Formats: sequence, C-alpha cells, structure tokens
Amino acid sequence: MSAPIQLRPDETFLLNVGPQHPATHGVLRVKMQMDGEYIVKAETVLGYVHRMHEKMGENRTYAQYLPNLSRLDYLGALGYTHGHVLAIERAAGIEVPERAEYIRAITVELNRVASHLFWFGAFVMDLGGFSPLMYAIQDREHILDMLEAVTGARLTYCYYRFGGLYNDVDDDFIEAAKRFIPRMRKSLKKYDALVTGNIIFQKRLEDIAPVSAEMCRKYGATGPVARGSGINFDVRKNEPYSVYPEFDFEVPVYHECDSMARYKVRMDEMEQSLRIIEQGLEKLPGGPIMTEKKPKNIKLPVGDFYQAVETARGSFGIRIVSDGDKNAYRLKLRSPTYSNMHLFDEACEGMLIMDALAFMGSLDLVIPEMDR
Amino acid sequence: MGGYFSEIFYGSKSLLIGMGITFREFFKPTVTVQYPYQTLKMTARYRGHIELLADEEGNPKCVACGMCQRACPSGCISLDSVSVDVEVDGKAKKKKVLSKYDLDFTKCSLCGQCVESCNFGAIDFSKEYNLASTRKEDFHFNLLQRLKRSEEKNT
Ligand code: SF4
Ligand code: SF4
Repeated sequence: MSAPIQLRPDETFLLNVGPQHPATHGVLRVKMQMDGEYIVKAETVLGYVHRMHEKMGENRTYAQYLPNLSRLDYLGALGYTHGHVLAIERAAGIEVPERAEYIRAITVELNRVASHLFWFGAFVMDLGGFSPLMYAIQDREHILDMLEAVTGARLTYCYYRFGGLYNDVDDDFIEAAKRFIPRMRKSLKKYDALVTGNIIFQKRLEDIAPVSAEMCRKYGATGPVARGSGINFDVRKNEPYSVYPEFDFEVPVYHECDSMARYKVRMDEMEQSLRIIEQGLEKLPGGPIMTEKKPKNIKLPVGDFYQAVETARGSFGIRIVSDGDKNAYRLKLRSPTYSNMHLFDEACEGMLIMDALAFMGSLDLVIPEMDR
Repeated sequence: MGGYFSEIFYGSKSLLIGMGITFREFFKPTVTVQYPYQTLKMTARYRGHIELLADEEGNPKCVACGMCQRACPSGCISLDSVSVDVEVDGKAKKKKVLSKYDLDFTKCSLCGQCVESCNFGAIDFSKEYNLASTRKEDFHFNLLQRLKRSEEKNT
C-alpha cells in the first residue's frame, strides 16, 4: 500500500510564463507564484526587446529620429510619429498647413482602427476563438493597403515630416477610405453578434479582473484601460491637439472596471474613429501639405518640451530637453502600455491563471512599445 | 431556477448566431493571395530599397554630393567619386563622377530621408520586395552596378 500524498496547505510553486510563450504577445515574461490554479503573486519582467530608443534620440538629429518612432508600436505606429512631429513643431514654432493636419488625423484614426482590429482578433484568440482573428485581419488588410498606397509602408510608417507630410494623398485613397467606412460598420455589427453576444465570451470576461479607477491613477494607466474603469480621459478631448477640436466624436467610458468594459471601450472607439475619418474626409481642405519654408537642420530653442497624444493604447508623451543643439539633450518617451502593464502585478493577485491571461489580453500590450 | 434555464436558452442562441456567421463566411470568396504563385502589384509609392536613377544617356544622375549619406539616420549609404577631365565648351574641366554607391540594406529603415534630401532626383525607392537570404552580405547592394545592369537590359 502506497503512503498517502502529504499535502502542505501553504505549498506554492513558481510558474514561468514567457518570454516566449503563445499566451503572451511578444517577449514578455511573467513570473507567477501559484497556489494550484490561483496566482499568489505575479511579477512581470521586462527588457527583452529593449532597443535604447531614448538614447538614440539623443544621438540623432531630430529629423533622423523620425523612423524610430514608428518602431515603438508596430500596430499603431502613426500615433507615435504624430506625437513626435507635433512636439518638434510646437517647440520650433513651425506652422503646419491645415490639409496636412487633416490628413494626419485621418491616417492616425485609420491606424487606430487597424490596431484595435488586430487587438480584437488576438484577444479573442487568447480566449480560444480563432475565426474572429481571420475576419479582423481581413478588415485590417484594407486599412493597411490604403496606408501603404499613401505612405509606402505597411506597418513602420515614416510619413509625417516636420511642417507637413512626405507626400499628398490622392483621390484613390479618399475613395477607398469612403468605401471602407460602411464596410467596417457592417463588420462591427458582425463582431458584435459573433463575439460580444457570445455566452462563453461574456462568462469569461464579465466581473473578471476588476481594475479600480484608483488603481489606474496609482499606476498611471491611460487609454481604454482607464476608460474601462470609468475615468473619462482622452488626450484628444482633454488636451486637444492637431485638428481634433474640429471633429464631433465621443469618448466611450464604461464603469464596470472588468475585462468586458475594456473590450467594449475599444469596440466603441472603432466606431468613433470611423466618425472622425468620415468627417475628416468631408472637411478635407485643399492647399499645400508642407509649410512654405521646408524646415531643414532643425535646432530647438533651449528648453523643456512635452507633447502628449492619444494613441491606440493610451496617452503617449514625448519629452524633449533641448540645449539648443540639433539633437536633444535628453529625450523621454512615455509609453502607455508601460504604465498599463504595471497594474497587472497587483490586479491579478488571487486570480485564476486563465483569467489572468484573458486580463492580459484586455490590456492590449505591445511589448516593443513597452520596452522601447 | 428560471434564470438558469433562460441562460441556457440565450447562451445556446448566441452560439447558434455565431455559428451562422461563420457558416456564411465559409461561402464567401477567398481573399488570400497564394504567394509566390500569385503576386500583387506594388503600389506606386511602395518603398523598396533605394536605387539610383539614370539620365537620358544611361549615366547615373547622381553628382556624388553626399547629401543622402549625411541625411541617413543609420549610415547605410557609402559613396565615393573620382574626378575626371571633361571638355566643356572647349575648355578642360574637372568633374566629379560617382565611382561607388553602396547600400547596406540590413540597417536601412526605409525612412525616405535620402530620397528627400537629394536635390538632383538621383535616387528613388525600388519596387523590390522578393528579398530573402540567410547571409547578411546579400543585402549589401552595389547600386551602381545594379543601375548598369538594368541599363544594359534596357538597351
Ligand atoms: S531610406 Fe533612410 S535609412 Fe534607408 S538609406 Fe535612405 S536615409 Fe538611410
Ligand atoms: S544626394 Fe543625390 S546627388 Fe547627392 S550623392 Fe546622394 S544621390 Fe547623389
């Protein structure tokens, strides 16, 4: 007769998730101390794709730093490049023609929809549903095709320039964007019926992983994560930049604080982005896309400059400390997922591991953006 | 108890709706392009690696001023020139002629600063995208040679 297994009530074990794991998006490592299926303590380990983008900003001229910004977040790169050019333009006092700003807003919003679409697909796949990813990618492909036709790249755009754009959009783009909006609206209805209404999906997200508004403030979480916790903060509304004040759109806010709320915020945001694109295409003024005197060899005045923009993942900020030279003395990138990620450790204490992975998906993490 | 059964009912209904959608998608035309058997045409602005452009006589337009080299954030361009004697309006003159133009494509970020900085319209993005290799050296392009080859093909 074999001896009965001795169970120690306080026994826990260490589970290593990542850095290469199908359930984490990119090279993120989470050390989890587990009690059976429950997480006692989690610790995220970052730095596997650190590329020293901030340091590069100090060694390159401002214009040479342009391509770097699109390498932070490969899903919604335009938002980041937008922040960079806005910061420099404001600091150097460069006027931007209205048409250029409109095109920027349109392309950024298209990029936001593309980013949310991919998140949607990947998130549902995390939960075990495969088809929605395929549908989402098909819609996203249309956006990427459009953006490729104007910017020449599919993901790592280097399209905005100080004072304007690299090149103008053509009628084909405008036509394609106009055709895309109703198509996307139809798709959103389809996703609603296919995923949002799905009972398994609801059961796995509702009342799971509550993140209080207090916790969001504590860790500096922004974007859909904060808006899913009832914090009505969107840089486009609260600190308006570019031509956003001209647009009529709403900021979706949910107060449930659970994973479902974060999901719903993003789904609603896609519709709002479509509204912005629609209005932008309608109002798109003519005229030049570059300031008359194309700025060359930009030197910023001595000072400290900060510009925040709302990217697909939250508030992205770029701070430039200038000593009057042609490159920055110190450059700091505030990336939204870095802050959003940090509440993971605290929030998932006592959670089931399957819920924690769903929770991680609802945070919409892009690791290269976090590690910079 | 009533809640329990109504949940089963609505839950099953939501699953059936989902299945209906996937079933309809099943009969939609395929959108996947079977690369490499099928290929797509690259858009006019597609950014492949840069290439030199030729003037009407087939010589590179580039005057070896080095602006592109200085503008490049990653230092991928290296060029050199030789000075040759040419006769302009009967007078002997020295002229800079491009003798080397190499691109290290492993470092290029396709930002377009070189193309933008060139005042002579001497470089542009190619439409090349079928690039794959296991050796780094295969992405060090000798653009001058590439231009010569394509000119020979054209004539
Ligand atoms: S595209 Fe940018 S990185 Fe590439 S060679 Fe030109 S300047 Fe350099
Ligand atoms: S900037 Fe133009 S002309 Fe000058 S070296 Fe480069 S390619 Fe040649």
